[in-house]
Amino acid sequence: MSTTTNPPKRETRSGAPAGEKVADWADGRLGVYTVAKSNMRKIFPDHWSFLLGEICLYAFVILLLTGVYLTLFFVPSMAEIEYEGSYIPMQGVLMSEAYASTLNISFDVRGGLLMREIHHWSALLFVVGIFFHMMRVFFTGAFRKPREINWLFGFALLVLAILTGLTGYSLPDDLLSGVGIRFMEGAILSVPVVGTWLQMLVFGGEFPGSLIIPRFFVAHVLLLPGLMLGLLVAHLLLVVYHKHTHFAGPGRTNDNVVGMPLFPVYMAKAGGFFFLVFGVIAMIAATTSINPVWVLGPYRPDQISTNAQPDWYLGFSEGLVRMMPGWEMVIPGGYTLNLGLLVPLIVFPLVFAVIALYPFFEGWVTKDKREHHIAERPRNAPTRTAVGVAWLSWYFVALVAGGNDIWAIHFDLSINAITWWTRISFFVLPVIVFIITRRICLGLQRRDREKVLHGRETGIIKRLPHGEFIEVHEPLSAEKRYALTAHDQPRPAELGPSVDENGVPRKVGPLERLRVRINRGYYGPSGQIPKPTAEEYREITSGHGHH
Amino acid sequence: MSSQIESHDDVNDGKTPVRTGDADGLPETREHDPFADPGLPAHKPRIQDLDERAAKRSERVVTLLFTVSMLATVGFILSYALIPIDAITYIWPFGNVSPLNFSLGMTLGLALFCIGAGAVHWSRTLMSDEESAQERHPIEATPAVKAAVMEDFRKGTEESGIGFGRRKMIRNSMFGALALVPLSGIVLLRDLGPSPEGGAPLRRTMWEEGTLIINENTGQPLRPEDMVVGSLVQAMPEGLDLHDHHFHEEIAKAAVMLVRLEPEDIKDQQSADWGHEGILCYSKICTHIGCPATLYEQQTHHALCPCHQSTFDLSDGARVLFGPAGHALPQLRITVNEDGYLAAMGDFEEPPGPSFWERG
Ligand code: HEM
Ligand code: FES
Repeated sequence: MSTTTNPPKRETRSGAPAGEKVADWADGRLGVYTVAKSNMRKIFPDHWSFLLGEICLYAFVILLLTGVYLTLFFVPSMAEIEYEGSYIPMQGVLMSEAYASTLNISFDVRGGLLMREIHHWSALLFVVGIFFHMMRVFFTGAFRKPREINWLFGFALLVLAILTGLTGYSLPDDLLSGVGIRFMEGAILSVPVVGTWLQMLVFGGEFPGSLIIPRFFVAHVLLLPGLMLGLLVAHLLLVVYHKHTHFAGPGRTNDNVVGMPLFPVYMAKAGGFFFLVFGVIAMIAATTSINPVWVLGPYRPDQISTNAQPDWYLGFSEGLVRMMPGWEMVIPGGYTLNLGLLVPLIVFPLVFAVIALYPFFEGWVTKDKREHHIAERPRNAPTRTAVGVAWLSWYFVALVAGGNDIWAIHFDLSINAITWWTRISFFVLPVIVFIITRRICLGLQRRDREKVLHGRETGIIKRLPHGEFIEVHEPLSAEKRYALTAHDQPRPAELGPSVDENGVPRKVGPLERLRVRINRGYYGPSGQIPKPTAEEYREITSGHGHH
Repeated sequence: MSSQIESHDDVNDGKTPVRTGDADGLPETREHDPFADPGLPAHKPRIQDLDERAAKRSERVVTLLFTVSMLATVGFILSYALIPIDAITYIWPFGNVSPLNFSLGMTLGLALFCIGAGAVHWSRTLMSDEESAQERHPIEATPAVKAAVMEDFRKGTEESGIGFGRRKMIRNSMFGALALVPLSGIVLLRDLGPSPEGGAPLRRTMWEEGTLIINENTGQPLRPEDMVVGSLVQAMPEGLDLHDHHFHEEIAKAAVMLVRLEPEDIKDQQSADWGHEGILCYSKICTHIGCPATLYEQQTHHALCPCHQSTFDLSDGARVLFGPAGHALPQLRITVNEDGYLAAMGDFEEPPGPSFWERG
């Protein structure tokens, strides 16, 4: 008998409650107690910006629930049938089964329209949420070691979410969704050398063919959500493993995590928040119609409406396409290069790559190998913050360009003028925004410094005996003082002496020179305001002085 | 304690001991370092922690929220059963809406929202709000662990024979086999679609010599006298029917629009020659990415594509005036047949729609 190798036998108490018995049973097979011991009271820090990621998770769950419901009725087929459902204006109209079944969901399935609308609203919220969540991570430097890989997971989720939205938007096969597919076809055709091959393979023949919706359907309901689910789980496991970042504050350091335990407080809050998000989306869906596919009718390649707009997350690519001049040329050999579409097709992923790879760029510039668990205040990393805001302004310009017709109509401007504004701004605005943002960050750092050294402005004006008016400054609490001075201020990198200790000239490569220059931009006098030192503080406080 | 002072002048190495705010160490440290971590602040009790009556009130609020949720679910079921799906009602301020959709959404929303609100209120007012700290541990393994792993790995490679070049052939042929096997999967993708035949299908449309031009609106063949000067007619080739299997593929290439201009307004001689008495027939598929470019401005003879605002001058060979389109809309050469109907004189000379690599 091998009883000797077994751990001390644990008896289930005879009078134990049913829950404990079930838990005992599960523990014998899954080891749940061991898992619970290390996780049940795990600490999660609290900050409003940490909710953004949660919103994405909840939107994803809502998408799964409503999406599965829609698959029960949606027919992913482009076979043409005559519509016989109860929406009178379309009766007798020839349309694809996909479109007919979407009308069916909207008009003949009770609650079907609500599910469609919840699905679409949560899709928008999902992508918005990912975007803002990513910005939170970016601006607090939460992507630094050890979290670079999780940053990439998150980025992959953004890309997959956009693709899922794109394929979903194409499914109903109404006029707008067909125009979206046509856009894709045009873009694919512009690829040099293999464009026509790709187009034939993707569509299974000439545009539109009868395969693109079934193919998109599989991608939309199986492939992409499956990939996202896997990535999401990995993403969350890494969050738990690394433990969440928190902002510096009294008792909150790089070596601990301060907050509430998973069970019960965090669970109740997070679980509750899921229901809040779901409830709000349901009410939005009840009152605000989105994508009324029945208005414009089925897709026909020779019909169009004005104001065709993609969902917002593709407005960026739409804008690139609208900004680009219609350059097209025939190169030697008689082949056509359609730069008008090709350039946006290349710039689009490049702009995304800039933000995706930024953590590795910063890691290279700073050569910082330490683990970072403190979420930095954006002002304390002026260069990074400026890069982020400049990137956003880039994105914003393209978004404006994507709606150039809307701006033109609402503000009575000429399309031509808007297009030229966006073309110039695309190159100029990020630079201006970069400079201004860095200035603002430095200004805020200066203000923090003043606050620490001279106290908080109270707004109380005092008249001194000799008639001068001064504002009373109240010294900061120790907690505040700590929070405002706890951040790192790395020293700028140096190229080092040009000769080593033996007098032999050291060789410094051009890449290293560049790195040092950028590093000095980050941490040199133009990149950060030195935080107050203890000496400065003592000097000022001992003088009790105002100056 | 001196390390703490330095840690603020220099890079914080992340290893500075954490101050926990124990009472006797405090004043002294403060003097040394005005920026020392004062430690977690003491817990401030909430009103619910001090006053049982307030706690009871919170409890009632939470219970009320959960009860409202239950009622809302009952409301959802009743709405589902009772409200007809085809009803339309005016509901302020949303306008004419489906009352079924409205009440299902509102009751579901309320049922969910109240669960959420109850849970959050419960956790904020009644569950402990005392913060606590947990230590972090470095992600990196200790040198000892790393050494042990390296040793295990060395043993493993040694046992497999890969490590020291003794069994190079096995290793290399394995890599070769693994590299080749995915090729089968890629080859299988070939039949996703037919060959593009150098763009031949993109060039060919249904228009042939003598094909009549059918008015989209009336379904009848067009005659010159059907078109007054300044009008625009959308049309398609004779013999194309909505019920055809390949209707969409054909119309995506063959859709045209005809305009009638005063012959002296036509700036391009070839364009005028390809028309008939000022009637010009252009592909209406935008050369940008293929939306129909059918917004027509009578005075200027401009056709505008609503997708990205490419603007074509129909009086000047449909050349691009503005926007991202890369070339003019192809023109279809037309004439009048012996019965007096407008007819094509052949297919387009260049492929309609967006450009592609082999377009030339
Ligand atoms: C996770 C991210 C997802 C996003 C961003 C997304 C997005 C979308 C969008 C924008 C539409 C068009 C809806 C409309 O207005 O009619 C759509 C339709 C659809 N989605 Fe999703 N979806 C996601 C996940 C899923 C999942 C997991 C499923 C199923 C398992 C699903 C099933 C469907 C179906 C069947 C339709 C077509 C039905 C209709 O249009 O009414 N979706 N999706
Ligand atoms: S499709 Fe006509 S301008 Fe883009």
